[in-house]
Amino acid sequence: MLNKLLFAVLLAYTAQAQAKETAADNYKAYCVQCHGMEGNGNGVNIRDMSVIPRDHTDSKAMSGRADDMLFKVIKEGGTSISKSVLMPQWEGVLSDEEIKDLVLHLRVLCKCKFGS
Amino acid sequence: MKQLFILSAALVFSGTAVAEEGLLQKDCATCHNISGPVAQTLKEALAKKGPDLSYAGNKYLQKWIVSWLQKPTRIRPAGMYYGDHIKPGPKGDEIDVSTLTDHVAISKEDATAIAAELMKLKPHDDLIAKEKIVPGTITKQMGEMNFDKFQGCMTCHLIEPEYGGFSGPQVYTAANRLQPEFMASFIRNPQAWEPKTWMPNKHVSDSGIQKLVQYLEMLSKEAVNAK
Repeated sequence: MLNKLLFAVLLAYTAQAQAKETAADNYKAYCVQCHGMEGNGNGVNIRDMSVIPRDHTDSKAMSGRADDMLFKVIKEGGTSISKSVLMPQWEGVLSDEEIKDLVLHLRVLCKCKFGS
Repeated sequence: MKQLFILSAALVFSGTAVAEEGLLQKDCATCHNISGPVAQTLKEALAKKGPDLSYAGNKYLQKWIVSWLQKPTRIRPAGMYYGDHIKPGPKGDEIDVSTLTDHVAISKEDATAIAAELMKLKPHDDLIAKEKIVPGTITKQMGEMNFDKFQGCMTCHLIEPEYGGFSGPQVYTAANRLQPEFMASFIRNPQAWEPKTWMPNKHVSDSGIQKLVQYLEMLSKEAVNAK
């Protein structure tokens, strides 16, 4: 009986640890601190930043970024696309699937798609 | 007679331990996770009212806990989860101070008892044992350049009371609060301690970690001297 209980607890714990977060929640937790509550690049941290974060609501600028480039910069950080070190790599925090969802979320924020 | 004395002593000791543990469970557990495991989902992480204390013995300096609990000051300028304490402002998002609450101050006796109990919470001796702090110093200029320009840490952390970012804890007092091995380990892999923390893993090299810890040590000495 005890073994069954422990197994059930372990299963629940494992499922919880691997649960995929929504893009909106990931954006809220990790991106808003710099990119802002409204995604306009005016996050709470920008006062003393040497490079201002990307405005995700800027349709013109965001439509110039391909989805695979957005994926790369989220996963590997700003320096991976020759941009600022202030944009960190989120690999190890976000899964590839979560990063793909975040790219889709950015397309909703900018109301744009690549090349539009 | 001797046996009776040992039994009495054991009961007194046991009673004290229970009382101290009771303080943790009664007064601290309302806002802090004492028993672990740490938050495994964002929902849990964002709901935290205070830092996770389930690994306090691996993290804090005991004397700092005793001192801080008697006269608590804000360490995280935008609260535990910054998203709960910001609002849009004319120059961008700003901290909504009306939403921040202060930590309760407690007596020296209770602070000492709580600190002693917290120091027993050491689930990550394995991570701590992997870190070796190399004695050394770094100039303020080089340290700041590394912290800000090379690693980008200042984005989220204050390096002076009025300089730096707000979503993470201030770091100019970090070395007064934290064990050096913990600082090294957390920089090396924040997610090993807190899977959902919004501090990214910057994949800092061993020597880079040493430089960052030396810088934090230097900043904290400066902060103490400035008082």
